[in-house]
Amino acid sequence: MNSIKFLYAAYIATWLIHALYLGSLVRRYSRLRQQMKGLGKSGK
Amino acid sequence: MKKAFPILAVLTALFLAYAFYQAMFVAPTDALQGDVYRIIYYHVPSAWTAFLLFFINFIASVQYLANAKPSTQRAANWIVIAVGIIGAMVPFVPQVRQWLNTIGMYPSSAATTALMIPAVYFLIGKYFRGQNLDVLAVTAAEVGVVFCTIVLITGPIWARPVWGIWWAPGDIRLTSTLVLWLIYVSYLVLRRFSDSAQTQKLAAVLAVFGALDVPLVYFSIWFFRTQHPQPVIGGGGSIDPRMLHVLLISWMAFLCFAFLVCWSRFRLEKLLRDVEEAEALESLLEPGGSTARTSKADVSLSSGPK
Repeated sequence: MNSIKFLYAAYIATWLIHALYLGSLVRRYSRLRQQMKGLGKSGK
Repeated sequence: MKKAFPILAVLTALFLAYAFYQAMFVAPTDALQGDVYRIIYYHVPSAWTAFLLFFINFIASVQYLANAKPSTQRAANWIVIAVGIIGAMVPFVPQVRQWLNTIGMYPSSAATTALMIPAVYFLIGKYFRGQNLDVLAVTAAEVGVVFCTIVLITGPIWARPVWGIWWAPGDIRLTSTLVLWLIYVSYLVLRRFSDSAQTQKLAAVLAVFGALDVPLVYFSIWFFRTQHPQPVIGGGGSIDPRMLHVLLISWMAFLCFAFLVCWSRFRLEKLLRDVEEAEALESLLEPGGSTARTSKADVSLSSGPK
């Protein structure tokens, strides 16, 4: 039974999901930073 | 605390690498399943972490609702204490102890679990207050959904070579886990798209009722005949001590990782609320705007409870 590919698939899927989620956090964070900069400029 | 984050991140990465090494090369191969069983080292820790995060979401939501009035808070405190005391005593009642033995659960494990409820409740109440409880709730729910997604994806990948099918339709463990995932996804969707001032309260109520699915998922394999195997710890299941050792290492590594992700998500949510508040303040104080004469007292009221 060539089941080892399922093991690799599960491990890759796990880290892919984590990577996608961490990527979304970084994207949201940088968007907020930009918004904050915009607020700072308009407040001056 | 900010300086500690990179250090903790490096330590967690090393711990995860160590757990991976243990899972792939140190843990013995299963006699029946071969190497594919090693999915257990990602599947089970992800499930336990998701349950823990949903439990935190539940406690934070109860605290958030209870904090609305001092009388409600006092009542909730006493109810939680009563739940802890009764929950710790009931497993030692002879009939209950006998029943727990039949499902392979130790009375001491059941009592410890019951005592965890007031312990976590008061710990969260001590360190998180007001809006921070809501921030904690959304953080735990979102990260919990990520871990639950991993459970729902790695499960079928494991099932295909072992059971011969990707999914067992009608299996209560699988179905209840999917329902749990859907409940928390709907919780996040509600928070994302609702503009009502009551969103936080509605979400907290949904979280309290949604959490009822967690024990159903966990205990379903004890109470119903399912395709899913028995639990590896307690509940009549058995596992080689070397495999259990690696499983616990893997879970500890995942817990550290989840803690860091939650930390980042918590800070992001706080920042998001600060930006929203600043934007609201700016639009209210804009010269010539319809609400330019709004007082600062009105602004602080519109930003919700503190």
